[in-house]
Amino acid sequence: MSGYIARRLLIAIPSLIGISIVLFTVLALAPGDPFEELATNPNIPAEVRARLRAQFGLDDPVATRYVRWFGSMVQGDWGFSFASRVDVDTLIMQRLPVTLFVIGSSQLLALLIALPVGVYAATRPYSLFDQVANTLAFIGFSLPTFFTGILFILLFSVYLDWLPFVYRADISATGWRWYWEHFRQAIMPVAVLGLFQGASWTRYVRSAVLDVIKLDYVNTARAKGLAERVVVVKHVVRNALIPVVTLVALQMPAIFGGAIVTEQIFRVPGIGSLLISAIQANDTPVIMAVTFVLSALVILCNLLADIIYGWLDPRISYR
Amino acid sequence: MAGSIPASPTDSAAPAVARARGRSTSPAAEAWRRFRRHKLALAGAVILAVTTLAVLLGPLLWQVPINEIDFGAKLKGPSWKHPLGTDDLGQDILSRMLYGGRISLAVGLAAMVIAVVVGITIGAIAGISRGRVDVALMWLTDLFLSLPQLPLLLLIIYLFRDSLKVIVGPEMGVFILIVAVIGGFRWMPVARLVRAQFMSLREKEFVEAARALGATTSRQVVRHILPNSLGPVIVAGTIDVAAAIIAESTLSFLGLGFPSDIPTWGRILYDAKDYLDVAPHWAVVPGTAIFLIVLSINYMGDGLRDALDPRKVM
Repeated sequence: MSGYIARRLLIAIPSLIGISIVLFTVLALAPGDPFEELATNPNIPAEVRARLRAQFGLDDPVATRYVRWFGSMVQGDWGFSFASRVDVDTLIMQRLPVTLFVIGSSQLLALLIALPVGVYAATRPYSLFDQVANTLAFIGFSLPTFFTGILFILLFSVYLDWLPFVYRADISATGWRWYWEHFRQAIMPVAVLGLFQGASWTRYVRSAVLDVIKLDYVNTARAKGLAERVVVVKHVVRNALIPVVTLVALQMPAIFGGAIVTEQIFRVPGIGSLLISAIQANDTPVIMAVTFVLSALVILCNLLADIIYGWLDPRISYR
Repeated sequence: MAGSIPASPTDSAAPAVARARGRSTSPAAEAWRRFRRHKLALAGAVILAVTTLAVLLGPLLWQVPINEIDFGAKLKGPSWKHPLGTDDLGQDILSRMLYGGRISLAVGLAAMVIAVVVGITIGAIAGISRGRVDVALMWLTDLFLSLPQLPLLLLIIYLFRDSLKVIVGPEMGVFILIVAVIGGFRWMPVARLVRAQFMSLREKEFVEAARALGATTSRQVVRHILPNSLGPVIVAGTIDVAAAIIAESTLSFLGLGFPSDIPTWGRILYDAKDYLDVAPHWAVVPGTAIFLIVLSINYMGDGLRDALDPRKVM
């Protein structure tokens, strides 16, 4: 198993490098010059500008600049935010926990919906429950997250006035009240993301279980006299989850995209809203760093999926 | 399409039934017959057709300008004068919706075309050439699949928006950029599908026969392999339209898509989100439109999957 994990880690490194090359290429191809303002400023002579360019290595070949940039990114030196006047890494470390919390709990919610509903629907295909679940799943993943978010705000904050629609990081209450307030403000963002993911996962789980449930080894398990619950949980679900894990890993980029939208709607102070505000403020170091961190997170999730995959399916782990 | 899985029971059974009835069915007619059986897919196709007609012909019938400002009627709910209400500047939401629908649908279609063309090209090259080219192209596909798309979309639009605006004007600049970027990030599933189809089709007897008759590789691909691998591509392309519409709306919703004088559905929603308590209709109308179109397209994709899959007994 550890050999397998090590191998997966080694495979993840080229992807990280590939993504960083894509990112850097985009930045290098982009028009515009960090010293543009100096160029239009008559008080700064052209020689000073040229010396600054040389000092920061802007005239070096692209490859040299890439290696230097990637080296400092890996070492954690992510630059300095123009807009908020702090180091980018402190800024991101402040915001990252909230994002991870929201994404993590929404994935948990999605799993709690998708597994039982998908499995139950697949054990009774074309029943009323299956049809209702299928229709709801279709509606669920056709509703864009930004619209669900707005509908939730309309319903629960504007009309019913049950939940706050602005996420606050600085809740003054202490003890149980603090947890309660956090829970209350997290409900809507987590539900928006979780329901969207849950809807598409339900379909994956259903079709994966349907593929497995008619196989001979399941009949054998039943013939041994095992209870239906044991057959489904121990024999069917474990094998059905293998393709589901792959599909979920493929969806990871979309999940982070959805998180950006949700954070923007509910003003969750995570790295998604940091990215949007950085774009509005032309804060390039922050934009690059956030994109890089999100890419690294996607790769990390893929790595995690590979490890879960190896645990679920021992046939592939020692390949 | 029927050629992809030769040993399926329905494949030979369906024409036999048709022959017994004394008429032959072309693959297209057969697919249409199967598509009609999926009631929700049919309903989706009807909704999509009606919406397309509405956004194409609607502005001719409903001639209220999209930017006529009337502060006397701002943030009003639906009325006879403004069937879908007005926004914070008193602009008519119906005419803005009709105009925005053109752009949203155009973006969806154009991005789909880009994604499908790129996907087919890469998938076909990878599928027909073995060895290093295949490995390299599939590595590229996997790399693109693990890119976080929305952050990159935002990054690219942030970096290139202004210079494209200068070259081709604000509307076309943003349109080209958004379509190219959305399409450029959605070709991977198509490429994988096409490659998988090519891998199995290129070993089939009818391709071997073509090869034996001296057909060049490009003729084998264009005349024999490609037409038979299009079934799943059509399904993926359909769903890509929905995904592209959502992507465009998301960008506009984040305030980084089209500028506010081009009211796409996502942009209307973005402008409306600060007035939820006083004018909920303003947000609900574009949101519902996006939802309905996406739902219709997804159901159509589902129906097409059933219709074009010869293994499926209907």
